[in-house]
Amino acid sequence: MIDPTFVELSRWQFAATALYHFIFVPLTLGISWLLVIMETVYVMTGKEIYKDMTKFWGKLFGINFALGVTTGLTMEFEFGTNWSYYSHYVGDVFGAPLAIEGLMAFFLESTFIGLFFLGWDKLSKRKHLAVTFLTALGSNLSALWILVANGWMQNPVGSVFSPETMRMEMTSFAEVLFNPVAQVKFVHTVSAGYVTASVFVMAISSWYLLKGRDLAFARRSFAVAVGFGLASALSVIVLGDESGYELGDVQKVKLAAIEAEWKTQKPPASFTLFGLPDQEKRETTSAIHVPAALGLIATRSLDKPIKGLDELEKEHEARIRSGRIAYAALQKIRAGDASAETRATFDAHARDIGFGLLLKQFVEDPAAASEADIKAAAAGTIPTIWPLFWSFRIMVAMGFFMLFVFAAGFVLNALGRLEQNRWFLRTALWMLPVPWLACELGWFVAEFGRQPWAIGEVLPTFLATSSLTTGDLIFSLAGFLTFYTLLLVVEIYLMVKFARLGPSSLGTGRYHFEGGSLAAAPAE
Amino acid sequence: MLDYETLKLVWWVLVGVLLMGFAIADGMDMGVGTLLPFVGRTDVERRIAINTVGPHWDGNQVWFITAGGAIFAAWPAVYAAAFSGFYMAMLLVLFALFFRPVGFDYRSKIENPTWRNAWDWGLFAGGFIPSLIFGVAFGNLLQGVPFRLDELLRAHYQGSLLTALLPLLNPFALLAGVISLVMLTVHGGVWLQLRASGAVAERAKRFVFLAAPVVTVAFALAGVWLWLGIDGWRIVSEPAHSALPNPLAKEVVRAPGAWLDIYRNLPLAMLVPALGLAAPLLTSLLARLGRPGLAFVTSALGMVGVIGTAGLSMFPFVMPSSIDPRSSLTVWDAPSSHLTLTVMFWAVVIFLPIVLAYTVWCYANMWGRVTAEEIEARAHSAY
Repeated sequence: MIDPTFVELSRWQFAATALYHFIFVPLTLGISWLLVIMETVYVMTGKEIYKDMTKFWGKLFGINFALGVTTGLTMEFEFGTNWSYYSHYVGDVFGAPLAIEGLMAFFLESTFIGLFFLGWDKLSKRKHLAVTFLTALGSNLSALWILVANGWMQNPVGSVFSPETMRMEMTSFAEVLFNPVAQVKFVHTVSAGYVTASVFVMAISSWYLLKGRDLAFARRSFAVAVGFGLASALSVIVLGDESGYELGDVQKVKLAAIEAEWKTQKPPASFTLFGLPDQEKRETTSAIHVPAALGLIATRSLDKPIKGLDELEKEHEARIRSGRIAYAALQKIRAGDASAETRATFDAHARDIGFGLLLKQFVEDPAAASEADIKAAAAGTIPTIWPLFWSFRIMVAMGFFMLFVFAAGFVLNALGRLEQNRWFLRTALWMLPVPWLACELGWFVAEFGRQPWAIGEVLPTFLATSSLTTGDLIFSLAGFLTFYTLLLVVEIYLMVKFARLGPSSLGTGRYHFEGGSLAAAPAE
Repeated sequence: MLDYETLKLVWWVLVGVLLMGFAIADGMDMGVGTLLPFVGRTDVERRIAINTVGPHWDGNQVWFITAGGAIFAAWPAVYAAAFSGFYMAMLLVLFALFFRPVGFDYRSKIENPTWRNAWDWGLFAGGFIPSLIFGVAFGNLLQGVPFRLDELLRAHYQGSLLTALLPLLNPFALLAGVISLVMLTVHGGVWLQLRASGAVAERAKRFVFLAAPVVTVAFALAGVWLWLGIDGWRIVSEPAHSALPNPLAKEVVRAPGAWLDIYRNLPLAMLVPALGLAAPLLTSLLARLGRPGLAFVTSALGMVGVIGTAGLSMFPFVMPSSIDPRSSLTVWDAPSSHLTLTVMFWAVVIFLPIVLAYTVWCYANMWGRVTAEEIEARAHSAY
């Protein structure tokens, strides 16, 4: 049996490296488009200041991008190194979008990004703009493919378990690609990236405005960011991925968990705005409900019920019993039993084989599992509620807060009253960490809410690990923490240094620290 | 639609192509990294070396990532067993590679000799360590890897931490490591001779002239060793090649000289090791004659020869097991399903030519020798 401590360490390592990677991803996704916008204005109007904007924000982008590449490398190989059985079990389906991501997106992004930084003197204006555009396209396409892969973990469509090869096999590439969970996740995730980048540019521009330096540069940067940010924040919220939660069993559990929906309500279900979920008593106290809201959001209807956790757990218990039969038949097939009868038994229960595997956390052979084991396995299909309940609410609140700030900034800027409102500029500056927190909480909800599954209803997390030792994991986890901490310190140091220097770092002689013509006065 | 057996074979070729592409593209900038502290004595000289690969190293590295992704998709069993079975070695490579993106981008952002020197050694580590370990990995593949598959096809290995890492560093594997290290470093040297200027190009030229023959000598030595001193694997019986993949369904024995079977059965295959032996000598000569463009071609051909030899010698094995020969993974029993291989085949057929086209466009647009004047003129933006 697999050591629970070892499983915990494997999970911690993946969570830590993935969340760390996602510090750098959202900024890349969004700022690459902001650079396209700025450079397009430069190419169309010929105004040098837009070239400076592209170069300066591009410099900060580069500092961020370097760590995105570094930490992304870890992600590509961690499935093989630490989730070896996962790789064998689902590589046939999961590997394809990952490989296509490399071929279609990483190559595009990475081949052109070097020319973005170093090709200013060697490329014509239009060629350079094309390079910037292709870099942005590449990074966003990579988000598409990785979310196709991740969407399949949440809602594994287009595939079937094969007892002969002892793994999941793809039956329809189109179904995997057009998995509705993946599509919704893609839009939600890239929009969140756009919001992050907009907050980043807006916050630093606000700081220049507060300091009264590089005003022409800061005003234009602010205007681009606030417009892009407003549109993106609307997109994140309106196209929030709650609409994907009725698809697939794991998503149903997740929905019930983030709403602390213990019992199935009479439709349309009410939305729990706030409350104190109590896992032991299976109830939510001091709750404030919004009538019918949840039913409307999640099912887009007034009559479809949303299953509560109690009911879901009961269903899971039945599927575990069925999965146990599937597993016994599978063992016979693997041992060479080719009878039609065994095959029929297997086929009848095949969709529950993953639930049968859940029992392997208690006993080597699921057939030997006791009644208590079955109950415990069923209880284990319901994640701990309060972290999901609260993470989700904080994320949503942050989303609305950012939408509000963007809207206010947009109006103030349009009215030409931005710089008088120092309280607004301060808010815009100090909200800098907010989008990152929201992004990380979002991933936490998506992935912690997927537990106990690595692949929803298909492969339990504990079984997905590699056959390494706890010692191996302590070593690697310590290695990652050390390297990543050092790199983060360096990154933040450079980021702060160049943000403080501002456009003066370009060495054009036009800006604040150079005593240049654009140091304080507007360009016109 | 291609039949399953053909596709399995095609994918063996495609993985080979991706690995060779990785060696030719990324090997070049890793080689530059390995040479960096030695060919560049002043800051400007080092910046010349760095900027010959500055715009391209990231795109080149995608060959590595894509090769990894393609193995995941096409040979999930190999991805699963190899990456976790070589856990410590993989971590070592990964940690070394960490230095590259930050090294290239951060190094010249601050004008401080200690800072810059530290990153230069980081770029050295990011070139030297992976170049060595990749060869060591191949050296171990040829000797078999201590893993076995259980009835659920879960891979198990021997040892952990140092007891897993140290046996990998055996004499034959280290010889293979030397081959790959020198091969990739020479490749980087040729690139510097082609694209750098002044003293940097001169030093690179001397290095290539002297070091390239080492590849031939070490490669020949490894060949003799493989012939006389290392047992190969041979399939005794197996299901049809078009069957659903099940590694445990075959019978395998270890036999002396089995890794040379293919050259006995198919003498034409000997052209591949011949290329691996001859091309580095030509590279050395061409560098000496001041023809780095041609030397780059022969250096690339040499890598095709050396990597091709490793693949051919093991064929149809891709990951033999030293503790349970039956668990060995082959071209026939490690691949994905027919559908996945088909989808991935078309993905490669469509996207790889596009990638090659825009890669050439990027190199063409950035062409020209990197000079000290250029570095000084672009001090704020160059790497």
